[in-house]
Amino acid sequence: MEQQSEQNTRKSKILEALENEHTSVAFNDPLENEMVLNMGPQHPATHGVLRLLIKLDGETVLASVPELGYLHRGYEKLAENCSFHEFIPHTDRLDYLSPLSNNTAYVLAVEKLIGLEAQPRVQYIRTLISELARISSHLMFLGSLAMDVGALTVWMWSFREREKLYDIFEKIAGARFTTSYTRIGGVAQDITPETMKIVRTFIDELPGKIRECEKLLNTNAIFLGRVDGVGVILREKAIDLGLTGPGLRACGVEHDLRRANPYLVYSDLDFRIPVYDGGDSLARYYVRIDEMRESAKIVRQVLEKMPAGEIRAAKPKKVLPGKQQVYTKMEELIHDFMLVNFGIEPPVGEMYHAVEAPKGELGFYIYSKGEGQPWRMKIRSPSFVNLQSISTMIKGAMISDVVAIIASLDPVMGEADK
Amino acid sequence: MESMNEKVLEKLTAKFGDAILESNEFRGELTMVVPKERIVDICTFLRTDEELHFDLLADLCGIDMYTPVKRFGVIYNIYSLTTKHRIRLKTFCEEENPTVPTVSGVWGTANWHERETFDMYGIHFEGHPDLRRMYMPDEFEYHPLRKDFPLMGIPGSLELPKK
Repeated sequence: MEQQSEQNTRKSKILEALENEHTSVAFNDPLENEMVLNMGPQHPATHGVLRLLIKLDGETVLASVPELGYLHRGYEKLAENCSFHEFIPHTDRLDYLSPLSNNTAYVLAVEKLIGLEAQPRVQYIRTLISELARISSHLMFLGSLAMDVGALTVWMWSFREREKLYDIFEKIAGARFTTSYTRIGGVAQDITPETMKIVRTFIDELPGKIRECEKLLNTNAIFLGRVDGVGVILREKAIDLGLTGPGLRACGVEHDLRRANPYLVYSDLDFRIPVYDGGDSLARYYVRIDEMRESAKIVRQVLEKMPAGEIRAAKPKKVLPGKQQVYTKMEELIHDFMLVNFGIEPPVGEMYHAVEAPKGELGFYIYSKGEGQPWRMKIRSPSFVNLQSISTMIKGAMISDVVAIIASLDPVMGEADK
Repeated sequence: MESMNEKVLEKLTAKFGDAILESNEFRGELTMVVPKERIVDICTFLRTDEELHFDLLADLCGIDMYTPVKRFGVIYNIYSLTTKHRIRLKTFCEEENPTVPTVSGVWGTANWHERETFDMYGIHFEGHPDLRRMYMPDEFEYHPLRKDFPLMGIPGSLELPKK
């Protein structure tokens, strides 16, 4: 009886300590107790503002509860009060490590809603930027995973490559991070031949640079010890928890929306979908490394096949005209005025469109009542759903492996919290 | 060859009869409205049926129609990894008693989606193992994605930290 009440006071003390920094909890025998550890939201290894409450026995994780919402900005509410064009810049802020991919995903969804097909050149440009965004996101993953397990050199090397990519993004979109590059029915501006040459050089060098990083990691006993067999999730559990993207492909499920439900020009391109069946952090690392090589292959093909042509669809009631035309032509000025003030006025209906973003399935569900703003827009963000499986992955792992597992899942809180 | 949408609709109508209240196709996507009492049965059937095998719940979200009857809806975007097909289920509930049975027993991923929907719309999912708010603080009283919640928020509804 006494023991019971002692346990209860101890428990409430622990809960109090989680809320109040001035409370301290002392145990008679520290090895005999379970401990609740609060990790985040301000923690360098949580990739933003993820908070994890971890129950520990010694150094082993018994259970964990992820807490989200520290970066919630209410984008779905905002979307209901924005015209379809106005929402494009907000998509940059979802997965802020691959804004170009989000821009593309969003306009593809809106174009499906209004029944519009972009020009072939636009399709190729969008494929190009989606794959560059994937490489950029995976380079970030590579650097942060390596850094979280203590290998700082790889972080430097992968960031050196990312820096080149951001220079390319600046040339393509005019901005490094917040690109807002795509438009409904087109893209903001054309890609110049000089930019394509720079992309070409980057892509030719990339496999060698990845190889350099791999040489540091793939046979490194410390790295392998931290990721091999750690954070395992089984195939059935992964599907049940809705895991998508590299995390799912690391469990032996060959599912990639680029192949399963092809969009843009992926059906014309030759690429492989890397699948590993370890289900652990190492498999997730291998999948992403292979995907970078495949993305480089795709970019090379896109550069070769890129057709010449317009960058705006010829649908003046839906597609914003170029600024030059707005300033010089009456019709275009009227269309521009109507589109900016009243929006594109899509048909009544509801649809869901998903693309394979670097982190997984990024989908937009739009319910339209035929007005300039969507009645409801739901963002199905991969990081949000993927984070749900983190409790399964870290259960039974060591406390030091938690950071490595979070890094191997590669969540971005910008899109998890919306 | 009959399309996958027709096949799904045919199978569901044969199995559940009048439970399919409404169905339509827009941009090649099938949407079916079902009563909330049958949602768990229908989802279990869709998931376990050998031929359909809709094993991935891609997304679950709420919607506020802002109508006197059937105000709140729950939308299930379901995907099959085998047939690579996507369908959508919808179910509605009333404003006075916004409850819908949980499908977290059918797809584990519904757990967080339902928590988010509860947070944003105040729809209660009966039988949910852990129905807490997902994003907003626990003491927050409102449901921000309802149409009667103002875009600029409600002053004083979120307590600021004391100095």
